[in-house]
Amino acid sequence: MSSHFELFGLAPAFAVDAAALDRAYREIQSRVHPDRFAHAGDAERRASMQWTTRVNEAYRTLKSPVQRAKYLLELNGVDVGFETNTQMPGDFLLRQLELRETLAGANQPEALDALLAEVRREQRLLVQGIAQLIDDSKDYAAAAGEVRKLMFLDKLAAEIDVAYEKVE
Amino acid sequence: MALLQISEPGLSAAPHQHRLAVGIDLGTTNSLVATVRSGAATVLPDEQGRALLPSIVRYHADGRVEVGYPAQARQAEDPKNSIASVKRFMGRGLKDVAHAEHMAYDFADAPGMVQLRTAAGVKSPVEVSAEILKVLRQRAELSLGGELAGAVITVPAYFDDAQRQATKDAAQLAGLNVLRLLNEPTAAAIAYGLENAAEGVYAVFDLGGGTFDISILRLSSGMFEVVATNGDSLLGGDDFDQRVFCWVVEEAKLPPLNARDMRLLLVKSREAKEYLTTHAEARITARLSGGEVVDVSLSAEKFCQITQTLVHKALGPMRKALRDAGLGAEDVRGVVMVGGATRMPQIQRAVGEFFRRDPLNNLDPDKVVALGAAMQANVLAGNKAAGEDWLLLDVIPLSLGIETMGGLAEKIIPRNSTIPVARAQEFTTFKDGQSAMSFHVVQGERELVQDCRSLARFELKGIPPMAAGAARVRVTFQVDADGLLSVSAKEAATGVEASVAVKPSYGLADADVERMLRDSFEHAKEDMRARALNEARVDAIRLVEAVRGALAADGALLSAEERAALERQAAALAAVASGSDHRAIRQASEALNRATEEFAGRRMDAGVKRALAGKRIAGLDL
Repeated sequence: MSSHFELFGLAPAFAVDAAALDRAYREIQSRVHPDRFAHAGDAERRASMQWTTRVNEAYRTLKSPVQRAKYLLELNGVDVGFETNTQMPGDFLLRQLELRETLAGANQPEALDALLAEVRREQRLLVQGIAQLIDDSKDYAAAAGEVRKLMFLDKLAAEIDVAYEKVE
Repeated sequence: MALLQISEPGLSAAPHQHRLAVGIDLGTTNSLVATVRSGAATVLPDEQGRALLPSIVRYHADGRVEVGYPAQARQAEDPKNSIASVKRFMGRGLKDVAHAEHMAYDFADAPGMVQLRTAAGVKSPVEVSAEILKVLRQRAELSLGGELAGAVITVPAYFDDAQRQATKDAAQLAGLNVLRLLNEPTAAAIAYGLENAAEGVYAVFDLGGGTFDISILRLSSGMFEVVATNGDSLLGGDDFDQRVFCWVVEEAKLPPLNARDMRLLLVKSREAKEYLTTHAEARITARLSGGEVVDVSLSAEKFCQITQTLVHKALGPMRKALRDAGLGAEDVRGVVMVGGATRMPQIQRAVGEFFRRDPLNNLDPDKVVALGAAMQANVLAGNKAAGEDWLLLDVIPLSLGIETMGGLAEKIIPRNSTIPVARAQEFTTFKDGQSAMSFHVVQGERELVQDCRSLARFELKGIPPMAAGAARVRVTFQVDADGLLSVSAKEAATGVEASVAVKPSYGLADADVERMLRDSFEHAKEDMRARALNEARVDAIRLVEAVRGALAADGALLSAEERAALERQAAALAAVASGSDHRAIRQASEALNRATEEFAGRRMDAGVKRALAGKRIAGLDL
């Protein structure tokens, strides 16, 4: 089976042309989507659902920086190992504790807004670093470490989301 | 080729012929059917010219069933047998039904879905809904002069799997070929977007009789993409009636009421609510069965006050939907208002304040969903040429997961995933030598299983003895384009498999549907065999047409022998279809389906290749 990048006719790199990805996704969807085969026979409807499922999965993976990095590293034989590799640098962990304390103390939407903005800023910095490590220096082991950090921040962002529901 | 000589309209195998397809808005309060005729979507009225069909079904002891206005007219007289707002019970157990104590029905708590005791026996909400759908189907067939090729049925975007499955079962029971279950706000977005050539991010605020949806969509030419959806499947105009009703009971200091008086006052409450949309005060008068006279006045201001918490309930889902979309209220270019309940001024105000812009009310909020569904049905039936049609990408509203140790719900497919979607997760055994695993499939956002909806339970048996944690069981969730889930589990080492279409917990088993079909035919005195034969024929002819169309379009993907073989098999099916043995027709259809699998796969591959080639050529033009 072709890679997610090949599926969309893209070069396998962390820096993706988002517009080209969107365009390819829509082009393919418009050919394989179940709505195009609603009046077709069972075999075609099944094939259409399988293809669309695969295209959706590939698009979701390439659209998200974390998932895209993880997938690229896997293609290069490096497992990010978020579940198994829990060793993180001390300063990073300290910073996480700090952010989590801020989250625990945030009981106003405005406080959550500020925290979320901070998390987003740190995510952007990490993404820039990951792009450099994967595409330029091809240092996949180091990139895996940065991807793990990004996963920590994604989890935190999800928790901030839940916290909003509580304060609203 | 000359074997097909069936004269009924809708059964012809002529290619490129207009297929009769309708969109049905199966609403809590009212239902509608619409179709696309000479390029324009239009609601099909009844013989008296009325577009709406009140979603009320009245059962008589002699088996007669009245649907719509006649049932509505007598509902206060015969409250137990006049079922209104049945949509609220679809896929729901008795404990899930809000205000059950204020309802005049005689509920029977069956395992799974709640049932209603009527003069004509115990009825499931699926059967009641099917009665409404049957009337709409007949209306459409009469009006269009032929048998329907298919229907798109709308459901609230926030409906869970059980509610969707129940809706599809009802359509099947009513003899409809379901082309797709379509989310109501998405249907509205199609109607609005096409009419106004809208582009950009839009929100659809849909407050119906019993359900509330908010969807955020990205519209561009030829594309409707749902980014996020949220809602409350137990919030609607009915709840506002209920508040007025409670206020009247309190204001007039009424004793506990009998079923008839309850229904009478509810009807009066609804009328007052509607009157207050354009008036400052509504008078509510009624003579109860004991002779007492109720005469109270409700001001618009008081009405706002007693319904404030309901309006407030809509705000949370709006915030969540925007957050999930990663957007702010300022990113939304327009808010399309859908559903009769959005006529209430307090709703208009609340939505306007939230999005800081005037809501869009230029479509009839009662009809826009049915019109959008009709447009989609027209596309799905293949009546639109490529290029004139559009693509619709919708999402699943609630996360799907599985119960793990400690009663926790492990999410497998997160909410707002674009459908169709499949995701797998590996699980392992807890004890040494464990030979079976039981799976509990749930839907919802909460961490604890007890706070989520239970969809199904199934077991994977025959796992060979292994140490705890050594088995590798891969559980795969697949959600189709209707938003319906199927789950399968497979042990890696042995290949032991189990799978379920998620039905048993809250939906109906196939056997139930069969029984209901049998029951309904006994009453209608239609011939079941005739129907089975007709359905098999329609399906067969549809398949022959589809295969011939595919061969005409992409026959080049096959060798001459392969192509000849498929043509032979299609002709064989066409021949069998003109016979009268429905089993033989089914068998031949299945055979043709199997024979076309390889061809179908090649067509998809070719489609993807063409998509990419087209993109590159377009890229060169830049």
